[in-house]
Amino acid sequence: MSVTGPRLQPTIFERSRPGRGGGKIPHPPAGALDRIPADARRATRPALPEMNEPDVVRHYVNLSQLNFAVDTGFYPLGSCTMKFNPKLNEWAARLRGFAELHPMVPDEAAQGTLQVLWELEEALAEISGMAAVTLQPAAGAQGELTGILMIRAYHRERGDADRTEVLVPDSSHGTNPATASMAGYTTITIPSAPDGGVDVDAFRAALGPRTAAVMITNPSTLGLFEARIGELLDAVHDVGALAYMDGANLNAILGRFRPGEAGFDVMHFNVHKTFSTPHGGGGPGAGPVGAREHLLPYLPTPRILRADDGTYRLERAAERPSSIGRMRSFIGNTGVLVRAYAYIRAHGAAGLREVSDDAVLAANYLKHRLAGTFDLPYDRPCKHEFVASASSIKQATGIRTLDIAKRLIDFGFHPPTIYFPLTVDEGMLIEPTETESLETIDAFADALIAIAEEAATDPQVIRDAPHSAPVRRLDEATAARQPNLRWRPMAGAETPCPD
Amino acid sequence: MTVPTDLRYTPDHEWVRLDGDEVTVGITQYAADQLGDIVFVELPDVGRSLERGKPFGVVESVKAVSDLFAPVPGAVTAVNEALASGPELVNSDPYGEGWMIRLSVADGAELDDLLDASAYDAIVAAG
Amino acid sequence: MPYGPHTDDDRTRMLTALGLSSVDELFDDIPEALRAFPLDLPPPEPEQELAARLRSLAARNRTDLVSFLGAGVYRHWSPPAVDQLLLRGEWYTAYTPYQPEVSQGTLQSIYEYQSLMAELLDMDIVSASHYDGAAATAEAALMTCRATRRDRVLISRGVHPHYRDTVATYFKGGLELDEIPLVTDGEAAGTTDMAALEAMLADTDRPVAGVVAANPDFLGLLEPMPRIAGLAHDAGALFVAVVEPVSLAVLAPPGSYGADIAAGEGQPLGIAPQYGGPYLGILASTEALVRQIPGRLVGMTRDLDGQRAFVMTLRAREQDIRRDKAASNICTNQALLALAASIYLATIGPHGLRDVAAIGAARAAELESALAGVGIRRLHPGPYLNEFAVEVPRALAVHRRLLGAGFLAGLALAEAEPADPTLADALLVCATEVTTSDEIARFARAIADAVAETAGVAGGTRR
Repeated sequence: MSVTGPRLQPTIFERSRPGRGGGKIPHPPAGALDRIPADARRATRPALPEMNEPDVVRHYVNLSQLNFAVDTGFYPLGSCTMKFNPKLNEWAARLRGFAELHPMVPDEAAQGTLQVLWELEEALAEISGMAAVTLQPAAGAQGELTGILMIRAYHRERGDADRTEVLVPDSSHGTNPATASMAGYTTITIPSAPDGGVDVDAFRAALGPRTAAVMITNPSTLGLFEARIGELLDAVHDVGALAYMDGANLNAILGRFRPGEAGFDVMHFNVHKTFSTPHGGGGPGAGPVGAREHLLPYLPTPRILRADDGTYRLERAAERPSSIGRMRSFIGNTGVLVRAYAYIRAHGAAGLREVSDDAVLAANYLKHRLAGTFDLPYDRPCKHEFVASASSIKQATGIRTLDIAKRLIDFGFHPPTIYFPLTVDEGMLIEPTETESLETIDAFADALIAIAEEAATDPQVIRDAPHSAPVRRLDEATAARQPNLRWRPMAGAETPCPD
Repeated sequence: MTVPTDLRYTPDHEWVRLDGDEVTVGITQYAADQLGDIVFVELPDVGRSLERGKPFGVVESVKAVSDLFAPVPGAVTAVNEALASGPELVNSDPYGEGWMIRLSVADGAELDDLLDASAYDAIVAAG
Repeated sequence: MPYGPHTDDDRTRMLTALGLSSVDELFDDIPEALRAFPLDLPPPEPEQELAARLRSLAARNRTDLVSFLGAGVYRHWSPPAVDQLLLRGEWYTAYTPYQPEVSQGTLQSIYEYQSLMAELLDMDIVSASHYDGAAATAEAALMTCRATRRDRVLISRGVHPHYRDTVATYFKGGLELDEIPLVTDGEAAGTTDMAALEAMLADTDRPVAGVVAANPDFLGLLEPMPRIAGLAHDAGALFVAVVEPVSLAVLAPPGSYGADIAAGEGQPLGIAPQYGGPYLGILASTEALVRQIPGRLVGMTRDLDGQRAFVMTLRAREQDIRRDKAASNICTNQALLALAASIYLATIGPHGLRDVAAIGAARAAELESALAGVGIRRLHPGPYLNEFAVEVPRALAVHRRLLGAGFLAGLALAEAEPADPTLADALLVCATEVTTSDEIARFARAIADAVAETAGVAGGTRR
């Protein structure tokens, strides 16, 4: 189909015309490819689009304008920490010295970057109370796998081969059980306590000689600090298991709680959440992992080392024989890590603590504004995020959280996280972050309250929402039943070189 | 809603119809409604031997996924090929065109432990 | 705090509304014994100072070197339009497109990326991105096990060592990974040993789920991919082709020789080296494997008004829905880099891409000739595209010397493959469209000097 709405764009394939473009790359010398054997050569040309630069620019500028972004408005997405993405960081990552450096240059040619990475490792270790940090994982989920594989290696080395289970609360992010499976473990899901916290007694009952690890998010995915965390960690260690912390919610506790110090054995950071690196439409991020002393032998190689003379180098494989190995090529998502480094250095200890203070204050204030309009399943002080529910509204009017989310778009806001965690009926997980002004937070509360009123007086306008977005609600069933995952251009005819 | 009275049910929302020494298995309207628009059904190979209570397939909707559990032991004699191109049949006609697999059962008594219509309705009503 | 909007007034207003006198009260539920002391971090730096310090740090990196280094990361010229478009806040500060009505920009761009790569790879299903070539290869290997229900994968030593290491790490949960050796001499030296592969596939006690090989391989050589695919399929195994996207402008794509899965690194599509990432993991498969492929997929559909639109689809494969039964735990991907690659491809076009590959091949031939002219010859006889290994006596010492002379003389293979004695005195060098004839000439002279100088230092006979 090629129908497009008024603000929408044709695809680059539809914009393509034979003979367009050119002028970018010089011509190769004649016969450049003659020495490549014919049977290794590509027989048919790839039907890539031919466009001139003005059309390319218009295409991507116009497309970008169909997006909501942190730079355009408020994203109260619980669990995502959609804080402002500092522009200094974009500039820093693009400095030629950082951007043009090949990852396999000799260490002496990479001293600037190695210093940045080493200092970042130190900072994250200090923030988390862990003994050391690896910057290798490319995302939080990859950090989780790294940590769980390290735990696995730890047990193996101690001859403890019967530990086959990982325990997670039912409110956990889906990556936690998926990670456990990838590492070859069986996931045991523990129901949460009525107050929303981890049910320590239920965990105790499930902990035993088959437990390799527990994976805990703290504050929890409901935005609640686990007050009994000390007890839980003791129970875990008492059975010889280790505790993994999912650090997605670190924005709530910077300078207030250090997981390593408190007894977690290993954790990951999401730098694209807590440390402001931009989300990019789904990535890239980075998921550094911090670990306590007993897990250090298993860290992925190579680590970054600093010599007494102040020079930096990459660790050699032989220096860490028990390492779990590589999680990826080269050293890590360095460009992302440079941004995180700049963020941390801009804030310092006092600034980071203020980040958490403001994030937590804003969340509690917003929760307070919504009390009485929405159900608050856990009506006690939250941390940086809280869960509200449209359960009563649905009972009274039939309007669901999904509908409310779509209607928020008409008010100029991105919807919050909906239907996560899975444990809350008609749930909305709301996280304002510390970089939103009071005016914005109040306007968001006002919008939600207005929609709640609309649910009673004019529900159809909500069911038909959004009205003001570039497209209306989509037919996701057909998209899944008859997947169309690629454009099929008119292949075949050899097109002339444009220049 | 009440379910067809000529069928038997499991607490996992499967229905079972006995036809001689074969049973036909599918999921109930309630299950289909809970899942939403069904987009894909993964079914076992014909000939495979199923154990009672073990998963034999998967039903996927846009936003959810659910295992299918064998209500009785038996060997798969047929699968509903129409679901490959028409998974929506499970939503529109779960007890008829939306059937999923047929099993040959050694002993009709295997169905005795299954729920009847009113017992299943009670489970659904209890939430 | 540099970016926070709250004045003390704002904070007071919020606290008052909550009936609190201090924000500390909101942290009372942290057990006292577990509360942190103030963090010991360097003091905050105002932006002007931080910028200056970052600039001086960046300046300590030697990006001034004349480089012949490839080894999985290739320097290509990226038209300025690419980065300028990427700097639009609507692209890089957007979130994952879970609310499609306000994410059509991201969603359409991912669909276009999937389509571009499908064309280039000649494969129907392309994921919205994976972390890098190594993780993509590891996930591809895992896919073969799930799809065939076998648990043994064969991986050629021609695949990048980092990729092999990564697959080994991912396979720690009880799967078997065996390496296929390379031929050591003759016409096929440096490529996958087909006889060894056949023997490994013939072991019916240990059936193989997948065979993984790269083209070009890590040493720059072209591999007989159709033959490897045939052997794999005859044994009931799937074939994973690890490929380099720019080369696919001129080399046969994986779809044309029966690859079931293709994996690779998208960095060469105009993405800067950045000391290791963020890069672009390319992962693609045949239609038959669509439910096994990890990562996000964007599909075309319509909205309520019949307008064409795009949406993430086949979501039930992913971790948030499948949880412990998900094929992979991947959540965050490399979306912005997929966009960068798409803009690069759209900007230089198919003729431009072909020219990039062809110029690289021409410069590489020039490099080979210039080096041969000073007595430095290729290690292997087989055909290559734009990267090859040369025999260099005292390669590590020569490499170091050349560094001092302002050259990055490729990769000393003794470091990358310390266990392979045939690579002890070898450098892996490459050329691309940004390599100049002048640089090649200067490099040839410099390496000749370095070889001579290190001979003297080592007490050799040359004086």
